[in-house]
Amino acid sequence: MIRLYDDLIIQVVCRIMIPLIQFFALYVIAHGHYSPGGGFQGGCILAASFILMVIAYDLDWMKKRFSEIKNTFMVALGIFIYALIGLICILLGAEYLNYGILHKILPADPIKVRALGTLGIEIGVGITVMAVMVSIFLNLTTYGRHEKGEV
Amino acid sequence: MKLFAIIIVFMTGAALIYSTLDMPDWGDPNSPASLHVSPRYIQKTIEEAATPNAVTSVLADYRGYDTLGETTVIFTAAVVCILLLRRFENDKTV
Repeated sequence: MIRLYDDLIIQVVCRIMIPLIQFFALYVIAHGHYSPGGGFQGGCILAASFILMVIAYDLDWMKKRFSEIKNTFMVALGIFIYALIGLICILLGAEYLNYGILHKILPADPIKVRALGTLGIEIGVGITVMAVMVSIFLNLTTYGRHEKGEV
Repeated sequence: MKLFAIIIVFMTGAALIYSTLDMPDWGDPNSPASLHVSPRYIQKTIEEAATPNAVTSVLADYRGYDTLGETTVIFTAAVVCILLLRRFENDKTV
């Protein structure tokens, strides 16, 4: 890892800012029903916090907390959650992604449960978008050689 | 021949600009695009989907299959990026 210098001010500010950015990203994902936002936007904000870790510290510091195996796994996990919710709707006897039928397994009436189904797929989209943004950033900036960490 | 090509380009451009004069104004509530399904989405989003934000209810509920496709596109972008760029330390092919 090529590291020119450690800037104390940037690192301390980022230590304070990164949890707030991640908290705001979860708020954007979870509050997408009532305000502008949703899975795509919240996932991008969440990815920005991990990219800020790489910029302020270095690649190894970030990969110690969010390893590449977990990242690549989450690329597929989010879209799997999305497709699984659609498949559960089929198994319960409705059309694909028709969330109203989920009231058989969730404690809510058929109208309110549609908001829960929407929240479920927003979480799936958020996980996928976050992992994809981090993965593309790491591969593009290091030319695919994470081990040498040529940032 | 060059002059002929320029004339063709200008005639096509003039036809395209002339055709935009027939288009409805920005945000016209009586335009055909706003009359077909938009009123139903705006009026029934709370009683049908329990979601006050109509954009989210269209994106994730009414057009959920479309959003699944969009997510698949992003997933494919990451997979292709890993396949093309990632090089491991014990990789002898490069």
